[in-house]
Amino acid sequence: MSVAAADWLPSAAVTASGRPVLSAGEIERHLLPLIDLEPEENPRLSPLRGCLLALTSHRLIFLHEASLSARALPLASIVHPYPPHRRHNHNPLRSLFSSSSSSSHHPRIRIQISLPPSRSEVVAVVVTCKADVDVFYGRLLEAIRARAWEAAAAAAPAGGASVAEGAPAEEDLAIRMPVVGVAGILRKEQETWESAGQNLQDAFQDLNALMSKAKEMMELAEKMRQKLLTNSSSQSNSNDEEMGSKQDMQDLLLSVGIVSPVTKETAGALYHQQLSRQLADFVRIPVERAGGMMALVDVYCLFNRARGTELISPEDLLQACSLWEKFDVPVMLRKFDSGVKVIQTKTHSDDEVFARISSLAQKPDALLKGISPSDAAFTLGIAPALAKEHLLNAENKGLVCRDVSPDGFRFYINLFNEIDPQNIYSPKTHGLYHTWISVAMAAH
Amino acid sequence: MQRTVDFKLPHFFNYPPYFTLQPVRETREKQVQLWKELILDYCRSQKMYIISLEEDFPLFSNQKIERSLSYEAKEVFLAALVSEGRAEWIDKSHKKCLILWLRIQDWANYILDFVKENGLEVTTIEDLRSGIETHGTELAGIDRGVLMRALRLLEQKGKAVIFKGTSADDEGVKFSA
Repeated sequence: MSVAAADWLPSAAVTASGRPVLSAGEIERHLLPLIDLEPEENPRLSPLRGCLLALTSHRLIFLHEASLSARALPLASIVHPYPPHRRHNHNPLRSLFSSSSSSSHHPRIRIQISLPPSRSEVVAVVVTCKADVDVFYGRLLEAIRARAWEAAAAAAPAGGASVAEGAPAEEDLAIRMPVVGVAGILRKEQETWESAGQNLQDAFQDLNALMSKAKEMMELAEKMRQKLLTNSSSQSNSNDEEMGSKQDMQDLLLSVGIVSPVTKETAGALYHQQLSRQLADFVRIPVERAGGMMALVDVYCLFNRARGTELISPEDLLQACSLWEKFDVPVMLRKFDSGVKVIQTKTHSDDEVFARISSLAQKPDALLKGISPSDAAFTLGIAPALAKEHLLNAENKGLVCRDVSPDGFRFYINLFNEIDPQNIYSPKTHGLYHTWISVAMAAH
Repeated sequence: MQRTVDFKLPHFFNYPPYFTLQPVRETREKQVQLWKELILDYCRSQKMYIISLEEDFPLFSNQKIERSLSYEAKEVFLAALVSEGRAEWIDKSHKKCLILWLRIQDWANYILDFVKENGLEVTTIEDLRSGIETHGTELAGIDRGVLMRALRLLEQKGKAVIFKGTSADDEGVKFSA
């Protein structure tokens, strides 16, 4: 059974690691690991079975994990959610003796919805797993009342893309009060900060409010980034220090990455599993950018920075990584013999790294003096600890060999295989050993 | 201590990893192989029979590239020679090593050829080591212990008889054709 059957609901996008793709400003509120969705009145609508249910600020997403497909029910189309209903609570005997319908034991939340064009249906979310249905129902009510999707809809005409959003605001300001020089910029900044300060104060009133403010905070961050961008291009004569702080600010704002981090509160028992999937989605790009491999420590910092306030512990991270074996995700955890743990993309191949190390070790200077892990780190553009792992791996493969001396630990291209032990004095007329000899002769 | 002046060292003697015991098995096997060959060649050219781990040995360090072998590395290379029958530990603590750049069997054959070539039937041990005929041959300055073992091997095969001379250090040997 796949969710494709339930074509009466719009389909929803799913990431490669099986996390629902959220739209801008959409925030995950609760997860139920296993539910069925049964239409109660209309037999022509096919039911959904064995889905993970994600409640977001905008939608109910029914995710079928095996087929990585999903259907979504917009909260906007919910007319009325009925409180959870447990049949066996009312009549324990009946549930004991009747097992005609397997789902009759499970708690149900009936929801009246209106499907386009103007059809009214009643569907039931049947919770077939152990979960606190009342908590879910509470969150559902909260989400419906918050009407977050309306805010998104209102923002959309003003400019769905953030670039378009920044520009008109800039024009308005310019007309209202002409901006002249540094003073003008300062005043503009001041204005931004005043409204930002207001937002911040509101946000910290209570944590629930913070959740609903998250979107505004993101918008604010984006707006400030845009402003910094336009400022730095128009004010090319600003001094270096100013530019530096702007750069810092931009980096800070850019790294506000994950709008809806998986938390223990929303995901409950599914926490590690969902965290694992979110992490997989998140790390793919930075890892690819880092050349296919990243130290676990670096990933930990990056991931937590992107999560903002919802920090995770190192154990959570490790557990999330170790769960990847069970999912089909494009990244994997790798442990080097030395114990160093890294995250690498599955397409990452050591051969490419070996080829680069090999060519590095064959440069005239390296033939003579070898390469240190920091040399390799510099050339490969990776951390020295990682470079050392690569060199040790290359050594294991017989590509390079070590030289330990008071000068330190260095690696040379492996010549041992090039030399004929039966004829140790004859320099070959070609090949690696020959090249090395000519370089060494020239130097000594 | 003899010097390596008249010995031409192979090019890889200036290759720094040659002086670091390689941890990877295949690489180390090649490295050990190269060291065995070099040690035997060197000892043969310098007519050296004993290498002591605790004394300087010209091959075990290279001033030019400022590298020298660790104690462990020396031990590994000599032990490799021992396991191939090209060397023997002469003390229990494995600190001194007798290098057999010719195996005892090869020495025995060499002596037979030498004796035949020079028409010697009866000679003394000392003449074999330092006689006029010996000059310029491998036998010149041969380790007495090695020589005696080669001769005893010939005796076992019935090709020579060792006999006592008038004094203790004047033993003789008679070869049978």
